[in-house]
Parts: sequence; C-alpha cells; structure tokens
Amino acid sequence: MHGLIFRTLEAFISDTFGPENWTRVVVLSDLPVTGFEAMLQYDGDYFPQLLSAAAHVLDRPESVILEDIGTYLITHQNHASVRRLMRFGGETFSELLHSLDDLPGRTRLAVSGLDLPQVEVRQPAAGSFTIFCRGKPAGFGHVLVGLLRAMADDYGTLALLDHRGQRDGAEVIEVTVVEAAFADDRGFSLAEVAIAEGA
Amino acid sequence: MISAPDLLRALRPLHVWVGPTGHVRQVGKSFAKLGIDDPTGQRFLEVFEVQRPKKPSKMADLRGLAGQVVRLRVRSEPGLGLRGLLIEDQTDGVILDLSFGMAVVDAVQRYGLTAQDFAPSDLVMELLFLQEAKSSAMAASFSLNSRLNGARLAAETEALTDGLTGLHNRRGLDGALERLGQSDTEYAILQMDLDRFKQVNDTLGHGVGDAVLKRVAGVLRAHTRQDDLLVRAGGDEFVIVCPGLTDTARLNALAGGLIRDISEPLVIEGQDVAIGASIGIAVSQTAARRDPKTTVTFADIALYAAKRSGRGQHLFWSPDMGNSLVELDLPVPTSRGA
Repeated sequence: MHGLIFRTLEAFISDTFGPENWTRVVVLSDLPVTGFEAMLQYDGDYFPQLLSAAAHVLDRPESVILEDIGTYLITHQNHASVRRLMRFGGETFSELLHSLDDLPGRTRLAVSGLDLPQVEVRQPAAGSFTIFCRGKPAGFGHVLVGLLRAMADDYGTLALLDHRGQRDGAEVIEVTVVEAAFADDRGFSLAEVAIAEGA
Repeated sequence: MISAPDLLRALRPLHVWVGPTGHVRQVGKSFAKLGIDDPTGQRFLEVFEVQRPKKPSKMADLRGLAGQVVRLRVRSEPGLGLRGLLIEDQTDGVILDLSFGMAVVDAVQRYGLTAQDFAPSDLVMELLFLQEAKSSAMAASFSLNSRLNGARLAAETEALTDGLTGLHNRRGLDGALERLGQSDTEYAILQMDLDRFKQVNDTLGHGVGDAVLKRVAGVLRAHTRQDDLLVRAGGDEFVIVCPGLTDTARLNALAGGLIRDISEPLVIEGQDVAIGASIGIAVSQTAARRDPKTTVTFADIALYAAKRSGRGQHLFWSPDMGNSLVELDLPVPTSRGA
C-alpha cells in the first residue's frame, strides 16, 4: 500500500491530536515501524491495524476518523495542493461530483502506484447524487464523505452528505445539493502558484 | 448549419482568420487575455511574426504555408510562442488554429488564464493538473531524499568515528591513507601507544580508563593542526597523520609535547593516574616507497624501537631499524592492525 496513505494518517493524527498520540497509536498497533514515508510502499495489512489502534487511542469510531481525514486533507494548510487538484475537477460542486468517476485515474496520473477504489456517480434527480465506491482500501467512502463535505464548503455550496453503508459490495454515499451558491466560493485560479508539501 | 466563423468562435478560443488582403478578420476569445489589443482589421504580419517553417513577408507567402504546422509569436508579447495549423479558407484567406504547446504552463501563470480560455475538448486541464501533481509528488520525493541523505551522512560519519573519543577510527584512517596515496602530498605518520594504560584499566576500572582516553584525545587535539587526522586505532593505540608536515624539528616538538602533556599526573574520580606515551614517527619522504601503508609500518617499527629503548620516548624510523616488523626481535602483537 502506498506510503502516502500511511503518511496522511500519521500527519492527520500528529497535526490534530499531537505527535504523542501518534506514538501511542503506533505502539498500540504493535507494528515494526515508528513512522511512514510518503514515497515508499508498505504492507497493506498495516492500515487496518493502525486504524483500529487510532480508534482506541482517540476514543472514536473508525468511520469518524476516516471522515475527518478527508476534511483535513482539504482544509489543512500543509495539503493545499490536494484542494487545488480537486478543484481541477470542475467549476462547480456538481461538476466536481460528475468528475469523481475520473478520481482514481487522476490520482494514478498524479502518483503512480496510488490506487483508489473505483468510483461511480449517478444523478437520479437534479441536485441528488449517489456515489458508489468499489474496492480497496475499505472505508475510503468515509474519507470521500469528509473530503466532499469540505469541497462543498470550498465552492460555497450547501450540500448534505451521508454514508449509507455497504450495498452490493460497494460503499454508498448520497449527496443532496441544496443550494449551489449558498456562501462565498473560496475561488480557484489556475495561475495561483501553490507550492505545498505533497501530503 | 452553423456558419464557419461562428463555428470557429464557438469551438476554437485561439484561432485567427486572415482575409485575402492579409488583414485579420476574426480572432478567438482568448486573445483578449493575452495583453494585446483586438487585432481585428490589422495586418496579420504586423501583429504576429511567423518564425517557422518559413518567414512570410506578404499574404501570398502566408498562403503558401497552408497545410503546415507553423510556429509564430505575438510581436507585442515576444515571450509568447504559439503553434498551430494553417489552412486556406478557399476565399484566398487563411485560418490558423493555434495553441500554446508546452508554453501553456507559463502562459496560464502569466496571463491568468482559466478553464474557459481553453476548448473543453483540449487536454490542457489534464496537462496543468499533471504539472501541479508532479510538482507536489516531486516535493515529497525531494524531502524524502534529503532526509535519507542526512541519515546516510550521519551513518557515514558514525562509521568513521570512534564513539568514545570522537576521533577517527581505523576505517577513517584507511580512507585517509588511500586519499594520501593518490596525492603528491608529503606527510608524517605518528604511531603512539600509551604506557601503563593496561594497569590503569585493570586496577582502577574501565570508567577511569575511558576518562584517560578522552583526555588523551583532548591533548592530541590541542597539539595538532586543523588538517591533521587524529585516529584512535583501537585500545590505547593512536595514529596521527600530518599532511604537509615533514620537518624533523617540528615533528620532534610535536611528539615531545604530546608525551609531556600525556605524562602529566592526574586525578580522576579521586584516583591518582600516571600514564605515559611512546611514539614512532615515519615521514613519507624517507619511506622507501610512497605507499602510505609502508609509512605506517615504518612508524610502527619506530614505535617498537622507542618502547624498547625505554618508555616515554619518541623515535624516527631509520633504515637500520629494518623494513618489517618481523625483522625485529620482538614478537608481533596480534592486536596490532586489527
């Protein structure tokens, strides 16, 4: 599994709850590592062990941690590049949702070897979207919920997001766009030079 | 059916339509962003400079480029290169469909272009996405590399350093001798053994022994120059390599000063400690060969000669001492050279 995924978990816990809590997570997970590098590969089995240890140390469900990671990736200063790369998906939040089918492909284009679940988006009615995530890493749907919630804020769009659990081997997310221009759009310029740490 | 000019306007944001007289009839909407006044009605060749494949000087020349890929620049923005296809419009005019090519990343920064400035079918957004993603990934990669490099340098230094005294270890000595062997620099090598160190270690304990070694290292540092290499070769054996120093009087003074200061009685952890030192010196000039290993051996021979003639002395190697340790009537200690 790609080091970026582990590094993101490490950065999220260290930045949000302090490095001492990350150390507790690593100790509790009983893995033969103390930290992760973004540009190395690690055993995929480490991830569920770390996540379960994190849930214990931080005293909250794994799904909440995953969702917060999604939000953290978009809103934290250290990962400004993630927000920008997401904004390439479309001019509006709805366009972004329509572009999510491309997300795994775009991600692979950005970082080869970083494989995300297959994403399928349907729009059964105007302003109503259903997103299906199939494949590993499990729980990615929760990360996507947090990530999209933060992106909706970024576009100034009022949207309701809900993780509906598993259906036919896929994580299901329902999105309702209530008001596209609810608040100010934070804006996105192609020309903006954003040199940020690569997560 | 949509008219050709409307079709161009709708689909090609960077097109130029030139009439039969060589004047611009229509341009795509993105030209407005490039800091040039609307060129409509102006002579095409006065607004643009066609650079390749040929430089046309009149409309007929321009028509002659039909069907070819042309490279051109905007005269008022010399840094801005464009390229595209030139075709005839079949009414003696030409149409150019242009793009930024690889310059698009710079152009986006420079002119504040947005997604609307490009045809939706254009892969430019993917290119820009890739460019940003690549920069982020490279940044992460560079940061990993620099951390790994820092760790490597630390490990290398550690591998060449004696942990107790901070002097170089034998591996550090070997590297330095190899470099000396490849240069023309003359040098001296001092081999030094401590006298009575074993008794100190055995009777007063390793703690006191370690303190003595650290103090000896301090004496070596105080007496030597920046360029000299100080080595703890193992146990109580030290080697000093002095590049560029071959003067007998100065080496005499150096060895004498070292022995004098090391032999100063001291009190460590409430214990009286009295050690001494013996030194053998060999200079690269007097060595039969320039090979540093030979010079080290000669310094070793001189050290044994010094010890044999009574401790607390230093001696220079001389040919009558012989060329090899086995020629001496002393047993060769197995620890040496370990």
